[in-house]
Amino acid sequence: MEEVEKSQTVAGEASKPVPPAIDHPVKMRTRNVNVHYGEKHAIRNVSLDIGEREVTSLIGPSGCGKSTYLRCLNRMNDTIDICRVTGDLELDGENIYSDNVDVVQLRARIGMVFQKPNPFPKSIFENVAYGPRLHGLVSNRTDLDEVVKQSLRRAGLFDEVKDRMEDPGTSLSGGQQQRLCIARAIAVGPEIILMDEPCSALDPIATARIEELIDELRQNYTIVIVTHSMQQAARVSQKTAFFHLGDLIEHGDTPQVFTNPRDEKTQGYITGRFG
Amino acid sequence: MTDASDSVMIANQKEKVRESLRKRLRSERRFRAYGVVAISFAVLMLVFLIGTIISNGYSAFSQTWLKVDVTLEKDLIAPDGRTDPKTLRENGDFRASLIESLVAKFKSRGREEERLLMAMFSTSAEQTLQEHVIRNPNEIGGTVSIWVRASSDIDQLYKGRINRDLPQTSRTVKDIQLRWYDLMAAERRIDSRFNKGFFYSGDSREPEQAGFWGAIVGSFFTMLVTLILAFPVGVATAVYLEEFAPKNRFTDLIEVNINNLAAVPSIVFGLLGLAVFLNFFELPRSAPLVGGMVLALMTLPTIIISGRAALKAVPPSVREAALGLGASRVQVVTHHVLPLAMPGILTGTIIGMAQALGETAPLLMIGMVAFIVDIPGGPTDASTVIPVQIYLWADSPERGFVEKTSGGIMVLLIFLVTMNASAVYLRKKFERRW
Ligand SMILES: Nc1ncnc2c1ncn2[C@@H]1O[C@H](COP(=O)(O)OP(=O)(O)O)[C@@H](O)[C@H]1O
Ligand SMILES: [Mg+2]
Repeated sequence: MEEVEKSQTVAGEASKPVPPAIDHPVKMRTRNVNVHYGEKHAIRNVSLDIGEREVTSLIGPSGCGKSTYLRCLNRMNDTIDICRVTGDLELDGENIYSDNVDVVQLRARIGMVFQKPNPFPKSIFENVAYGPRLHGLVSNRTDLDEVVKQSLRRAGLFDEVKDRMEDPGTSLSGGQQQRLCIARAIAVGPEIILMDEPCSALDPIATARIEELIDELRQNYTIVIVTHSMQQAARVSQKTAFFHLGDLIEHGDTPQVFTNPRDEKTQGYITGRFG
Repeated sequence: MTDASDSVMIANQKEKVRESLRKRLRSERRFRAYGVVAISFAVLMLVFLIGTIISNGYSAFSQTWLKVDVTLEKDLIAPDGRTDPKTLRENGDFRASLIESLVAKFKSRGREEERLLMAMFSTSAEQTLQEHVIRNPNEIGGTVSIWVRASSDIDQLYKGRINRDLPQTSRTVKDIQLRWYDLMAAERRIDSRFNKGFFYSGDSREPEQAGFWGAIVGSFFTMLVTLILAFPVGVATAVYLEEFAPKNRFTDLIEVNINNLAAVPSIVFGLLGLAVFLNFFELPRSAPLVGGMVLALMTLPTIIISGRAALKAVPPSVREAALGLGASRVQVVTHHVLPLAMPGILTGTIIGMAQALGETAPLLMIGMVAFIVDIPGGPTDASTVIPVQIYLWADSPERGFVEKTSGGIMVLLIFLVTMNASAVYLRKKFERRW
């Protein structure tokens, strides 16, 4: 109750755009998020709702804090000593930064895919099997095999690797590696998948493949994707948030943000005047 | 400005550029030449060093044996007629048998000549004879023909390291001995064999009987103790400092100290060992246990520094991937970072151990420099180590120890080269491109 009141006041006080009405139920709700790296104020008063089973894309010029914000959502910033996060971040109404939240469990619910494909230097099978084993999700080898296969299938990689499960994950092509990383994230059974510029290291064909995959995954997962490419944001996302120098400038339905931006900074970025 | 002055200027410019280019090429050629000279010099010195060691030391691996006919008189060897090994060992006077037979053969006259004659044979000859007789007791009463070790002087003579042209007084082998030697050579009683004793006996005052095995075993126990202590402690320290320690004044101080420790002269560690391990804790003197502890202290910084470098080389993307899946920091380290860093850590450990294997000074401080004949049976037995044994031999006046010294160095170098090669192999084999 108190939380809601507070955040309403904040939303009312700040001259920030009020988050638009979302047709999907809110999966993550963030209010007044501030991030400091030591002295540097990287994210300022960001309030953003992330709808369930839809794709939210974060766009903005380099260094504007997209990754920083994304990493707040699964507390990956905890691993950076100088990083300090304040504000309310809720997952299904529960504050993820409260003391009784276990980070391990949180990260099992919120998976992450990084900019550079980063498979473990182990076999393809081991890469996908690591998460389920870690969280004790499977009790025997048959179940594990099934989870691995299922995850690879969902990541659209199974047919390409089914005969070479014991090959090192690093032997795959860049696009395949990134799909392996997606499979690895899926294998833990997350509700949300965070992707930080997942295609920036890939060629156009591999990128198209991943974009297709994101569109399929949307049926089952809530996805937040940071992207450099506005076309990509337009293609894959339902909601778009535009960041600039640590501020959330604008947030809304993707078609609206791209065709009829409310803020002139957004307009400028989208039409390529800066970025 | 006219066209003419323009073209003059351009021509000037070109000339200047050409001149500076020439200068640059010249200086680059000179720079390369310096490099080639430096490398050639280094290679030459290395070849000279290795050449000297090998030419001095190869003969340590062969040994001169002499064939003697010995009459096994019952009165001397088995006076009471019993020929079981125990009685033979206790009552048999093999030395007397040997002397009698040799004196008869070479017709030496007087005590002095007898002494010179016997000095041609190793003191181990008597034992060789004894063992032969114990194995073949039925030969007592007859005459046997057996091979025994030559003394070190005769060994050196056979190996051509004694100059016959010198006057007798400045030679260790006297004229009469030369005569006997030539007689034996004519009868084909001299033979050179592989020096097995070098690899299975301990040290001895007699060069022809001195072996390296005691030192090798001593070094083995010492290295074992060093490894058992330094490896786990070093790896744990490296992991803690690199992965878990907060970055503050205190950890900075520790870091600086570890780096400084790597530069501390090794003899200081020896003094520390003497003061702490021997005088305070009263651990056994001259023992591989204490030697290993001292060398562990010395090796620790090497392992820690190389371990941290190996951990640092594991890309952050691997850590992030595991953290993103919900692994705890400890799990990230034990499941991913440490296994990936292990080849690098092992490489550093091997290099540290190789350093420790060649270390002499700190071991002198804790008494591992004693003359020890027995092969150590465990880490608390008094023993010496490879480099100290080399030092002891280098310090001995006898001619025969010169080749032992170089032979020992060759063995040490083989160990070191093997260790370093395996470090290089490990590094190559597990080199990863992420
Ligand atoms: N680990 C860090 N330490 C210090 N400053 C950082 C760190 N990560 C990011 N920053 C700073 O925070 C700001 C936002 O960075 P980031 O979120 O990576 O931007 P984006 O992903 O939008 O390009 C940048 O100015 C960057 O310099
Ligand atoms: Mg980024």
